[in-house]
Amino acid sequence: ISQQRGNVTMKFLREQVTSICPGMTSVLSPCDVTTATSHCVCVCVMSYCWCVTVLYWVCDPQMIARGKNASDLFPAVVKNVACKNIEVKKLVYVYLVRYAEEQQDLALLSISTFQRGLKDPNQLIRASALRVLSSIRVTIIVPIMMLAIKEAASDMSPYVRKTAAHAIPKLYSLDPEQKDCLIEVIEKLLADKTTLVAGSVVMAFEEVCPERIDLIHKNYRKLCNLLIDVEEWGQVVIINMLTRYARTQFLNPNMNEDKEEKEKKKTEATAIVKRKPYVMDPDHRLLLRNTKPLLQSRNAAVVMAVAQLYFHLAPKAEVGVIAKALVRLMRSHSEVQYVVLQNVATMSIKRRGMFEPYLKSFYIRSTDPTQIKVLKLEVLTNLANETNISTILREFQTYIKSNDKDFVAATIQAIGRCATNIGEVRDTCLNGLVQLLSNRDELVVAESVVVIKKLLQMQPEQHSDIIKHMAKLTDNIQVPMARASILWLIGEYCEHVPKIAPDVLRKMAKTFTNEEDIVKLQIINLAAKLYLTNSKQTKLLTQYVLNLAKYDQNYDIRDRARFIRQLIVPTDKSGALSKYAKKLFLALKPAPVLESPFKDRDHFQLGSLSHLLNAKAGGYQVLPDWPEAAPDPSVRNVEVKESVRAVETVTARDRGPLGPSSGEDVKKSEKKSKPRIGSSESESEEDNDSESESSESEEEESEEESEEETKKKKKVGNERLENTPCLAVHAVFTQPPPLPVSVPQTIIPSGNLKTYELLHRITGEGLSVEYCFSRQPFSPDPHMVAVKIQFTNSATSEAKSLHVEDAKLQSGMRIKEFPEIGQSTFHNRIPLLITVSVVMGIDFSCSLMFFVSIQPPVGELMMPIFMTENEFKKEQGEHRNQCMEIKQYGPHFDCHAVVQRVTTAANLSRVPCGSDKECRFAGKTVTSGSLVLVSVVTKEDGAAQLTVNCEKMVIGTMLVKDILQALTQ
Amino acid sequence: MIHSLFLVNSSGDIFLEKHWKSVVSRSVCDYFFEAQERASEPENVPPVIPTPHHYLISVLRHRIYFVAVIQSEVPPLFVIEFLHRVVDTFQDYFGVCTEAAIKDNVVVVYELLEEMLDNGFPLATESNILKELIKPPTILRTVVNTITGSTNVGEQLPTGQLSVVPWRRTGVKYTNNEAYFDVVEEIDAIIDKSGSTITAEIQGVIDACVKLTGMPDLTLSFMNPRLLDDVSFHPCVRFKRWEAERILSFIPPDGNFRLLSYHVSSQNLVAIPVYVKHNITFREGSSQGRFELTLGPKQTMGKGVEAVLVSSQLPRGVLNTNLNPTQGTYTFDPVTKLLSWDVGKINPQKLPSLKGSMSLQAGASKPDENPTINIQFKIQQSALSGLKVNRLDMYGEKYKPFKGIKYMTKAGKFQALLSN
Repeated sequence: ISQQRGNVTMKFLREQVTSICPGMTSVLSPCDVTTATSHCVCVCVMSYCWCVTVLYWVCDPQMIARGKNASDLFPAVVKNVACKNIEVKKLVYVYLVRYAEEQQDLALLSISTFQRGLKDPNQLIRASALRVLSSIRVTIIVPIMMLAIKEAASDMSPYVRKTAAHAIPKLYSLDPEQKDCLIEVIEKLLADKTTLVAGSVVMAFEEVCPERIDLIHKNYRKLCNLLIDVEEWGQVVIINMLTRYARTQFLNPNMNEDKEEKEKKKTEATAIVKRKPYVMDPDHRLLLRNTKPLLQSRNAAVVMAVAQLYFHLAPKAEVGVIAKALVRLMRSHSEVQYVVLQNVATMSIKRRGMFEPYLKSFYIRSTDPTQIKVLKLEVLTNLANETNISTILREFQTYIKSNDKDFVAATIQAIGRCATNIGEVRDTCLNGLVQLLSNRDELVVAESVVVIKKLLQMQPEQHSDIIKHMAKLTDNIQVPMARASILWLIGEYCEHVPKIAPDVLRKMAKTFTNEEDIVKLQIINLAAKLYLTNSKQTKLLTQYVLNLAKYDQNYDIRDRARFIRQLIVPTDKSGALSKYAKKLFLALKPAPVLESPFKDRDHFQLGSLSHLLNAKAGGYQVLPDWPEAAPDPSVRNVEVKESVRAVETVTARDRGPLGPSSGEDVKKSEKKSKPRIGSSESESEEDNDSESESSESEEEESEEESEEETKKKKKVGNERLENTPCLAVHAVFTQPPPLPVSVPQTIIPSGNLKTYELLHRITGEGLSVEYCFSRQPFSPDPHMVAVKIQFTNSATSEAKSLHVEDAKLQSGMRIKEFPEIGQSTFHNRIPLLITVSVVMGIDFSCSLMFFVSIQPPVGELMMPIFMTENEFKKEQGEHRNQCMEIKQYGPHFDCHAVVQRVTTAANLSRVPCGSDKECRFAGKTVTSGSLVLVSVVTKEDGAAQLTVNCEKMVIGTMLVKDILQALTQ
Repeated sequence: MIHSLFLVNSSGDIFLEKHWKSVVSRSVCDYFFEAQERASEPENVPPVIPTPHHYLISVLRHRIYFVAVIQSEVPPLFVIEFLHRVVDTFQDYFGVCTEAAIKDNVVVVYELLEEMLDNGFPLATESNILKELIKPPTILRTVVNTITGSTNVGEQLPTGQLSVVPWRRTGVKYTNNEAYFDVVEEIDAIIDKSGSTITAEIQGVIDACVKLTGMPDLTLSFMNPRLLDDVSFHPCVRFKRWEAERILSFIPPDGNFRLLSYHVSSQNLVAIPVYVKHNITFREGSSQGRFELTLGPKQTMGKGVEAVLVSSQLPRGVLNTNLNPTQGTYTFDPVTKLLSWDVGKINPQKLPSLKGSMSLQAGASKPDENPTINIQFKIQQSALSGLKVNRLDMYGEKYKPFKGIKYMTKAGKFQALLSN
């Protein structure tokens, strides 16, 4: 309730509410409502009939604690689930989902409403019913949910299927035992070809069965190709999943480099296992290529997902492209920056060169939040090398003067790391740090001491003056860590400062009782070391310190004192160890290695929560290592069903007049088909004809592969051609184009072809152009409609250079132009009075207007598919909801005439039918693949009825019009 | 994915919560409050906080923390980006995204959150789809609703989710068809004490306001597209076309949207539009310091520099200041030590300056921090990089739209380092 409605309404409302449920008054007084918002939300909605229908309280533990549980109202609210007002309905849904768990029995009252909703003709209502039904966390309805999900998964509407995919993880979390059934549904939905479903189903896959990587094989190429059109959130999920998939299926592209590194370690092993040169799997390349444009996404999560994909999968030389995009993300909100910088820090350790050009983008601004500053510092340190170190150190100098002390401390640490990593600047850094020792800020001094200690350990001989300087600091500096560091240094190098060391111990002995524990431990250490090197001067002091320590409150310190006393002070009982005391204490200690905290974090998948926290989060899927040998790549091939192939071969023979009629075309298809057969042959051992890997990407792939490989493949392909001449001829001449992956069934078109005029003989000055829709699948792109264009030259001269110029297309349309005719060879010129035809593909994108000159009748935008009578009935039943167009029309023809007229009007295939009173036709739109079902039924009274079922409403309506016209003319 | 969302205001109260899966107790936010206490500044709260059973991912916008609770592995950027999208949507709906606005429109907020996520996975985040589902509150509609008792929820079922262009609603109609594009460039720079540039880069965006009837298909071309080094697009832009021809071709969403953001290649020298002359001295032992600051235009392509605002964090030792601006007004907050000077427009003939003295803590030694000044300014009618739109064409619809383009340059993170 907002104040918008005013107090008058409030008063009215209150009266109404009290009459329905007494005891609610206190909550609903207007003042209560305004204050209530912070801990309780109570929304009252009035339906159009001016009575309070719903009270919906959202998640208010305090109210529940006070005994005002909103679930008391459950029955009254749930009753309204059948309400017609959409807002009321929605609010009831929210309420129901929130409280159903507590009122399981009552929640069941609403189930029947949703079950009814699942059968609604409107896809949006079906989807929302499923959405709410699956959100109700009541175990008893699990079977109902399962059934609903299964049904929705084969719904005609992609939106409903998407909702089904969303419902899968919900059901899984409610009842994990349904896993096997759910995997079946996931498998089915993974095969879905629409972009709407792809993201959601992969999300379901990741939540339910991320280990079932085998389900992805068949859908891998499709997912790669769909990726760019999937909504952004789905893209993130798909890319992350594909990264994992690729790691299990392909070989490491950096194999040889990594091997070189290993080779240094053990040369013999690699000598034996000599591998052949690395060739990237075309599918691996497909993934890299299709994700690259997404680096330009506005969504930071998508960019990060692609970046991690490239980092984990791409050859070293190509990883660089992600740097620019990641640097761009640093302009975004600080939270985004935080996450991106964490990832850049990890990447910059392994691939430093990648970010070096962007060094300046990591410079720190005084307005950055501290956590961002520290991360940028980390990146700058990782990027430091001999060439840029001077610039970086100059930057660091300005940072040290910052107001932000935590940041200054981090900068000092960073200087220390630069100094250890780059030997040349070590002295410069050390001098700079020593200067900081005179800084007024104690934190700065303390941090410097700690870092200097680490640096000195590398070359103590040359720096006794620094040690002296630091010894003086013990008087002033109070930070325990710094004091401890100084004492350790003096103890360790007491031989370099023989005069000062005992004096420091003297001072420390005085203040021993007031020191922090770590300082005390170091004092004991110092005493022990001095006792061993200079016992004359320090014997008494040491004993004094040890005595103090003996009675310390901390048992660690008491323990240490006892141990050291036994070890260094020679007594009768002292064991064998005391002889070695000096060696024990003053052994040469290895210098510490200053490492980035981000080192080796890349064993977590980048961009993941686990990587950010450097700890495995629940549900994290480990990024597998590359396999030693690539698994069989043919698992990703999608086969075509046997039966369809048979149909194709038979029809190809029968298709005399429909086949391409000129040499031009044959030549073209010959050119096209040869390399394709060759390349795909190597992919699988399938028959030539059945090869369905027509995706153009593959062809390009094979070109990129090494020369040798390709040659070999071509050879194989040619051999095959010779061995099976009959099939090969079909492949070349009739060229039922290698079936696209996404078209499971193709069928030969029937019906007569209608020719349309494009350019009349008179206007074209002798050249006339006609076009018809050849009703053949267009081989270069299965989503295009083949338009056969026929040029006839009746002029007195030859026509040259015929080509499509500046095709103006509507949005979403694409055109594949025919090659220029009559340009180079004489053979190709159009001589007088000769007809030449070419085939051109146009993707009408299921839209109906094509402004230029070719206007497709709606019937040409579809392709026939084969269906049995039962299938037809089933589909029709399922899609009864889809925009049904029924028209009655006059006298009826006999069956044969109907078939002829309908197939002329539309590119559909006839479905065999038992009764002669009914003719059925099936097809699907070329571009989107939506099903088109047509049936013509003769009624008793001689009238007939035409039914068209199509998901695309416009196409359905237009088709009805066209067919009706064809039948009645 | 996202389990629950808590909205926390600046005083640390949870004023709204929403759960998409089972209910998570709000006590989970205690971990967040702990982290908040540890952080010195509000923006230093770590965006990701692990707790024993959950992970908290938060963003801070408009002084409200949006804390999302998640239970298992999910890319953190996914959640962060989504939360920002939520804030953007609220801003789009209510004009501002403040605690008061959210509380006033709590019903709409719940309805929006319900539509944006399903079971923790983003469902509809496109503003055009959401607006079809839930109409944004306007004064007029509020009045009408109060009288008739009708609601904000659209009566018609939305079709946007089903369309191939999900960012555009169908059946848009306008009497005046107009398309406006704003090219806004921000210059980020760090200038050192001697006035030379340490880093400078230009980031730009093209924000559009398109009110066109039907399904127009627009193409926008630039005179000098080579300038654009790195770009990111609204999903409506056809990437292939850009790759091939460097032309932006798109079916625009209805209303306001960000078409493109870009980065101008760093090879090009960036012209710095203003310069700063300064002289700040603290004398050792004295409790006085001198402060002198002068601003001037540098390379502005003949356009005036407006809305200049200078702010600087002075060292902690400074107790107070006594300064005289030649124009504009200045304030100094003795608690936060923040000096800000609202200059206004720079007149090239009479350069604005700020001179005077600072009083320092008695007895304190010379402060050794390094003050920096942040400068904000605007230059109208010019894009600093020189980017120019060549033409805008429309296909697919028959009417002639009114087209407009505006250029502006702003200071982004423009800093000058003062004294050593």
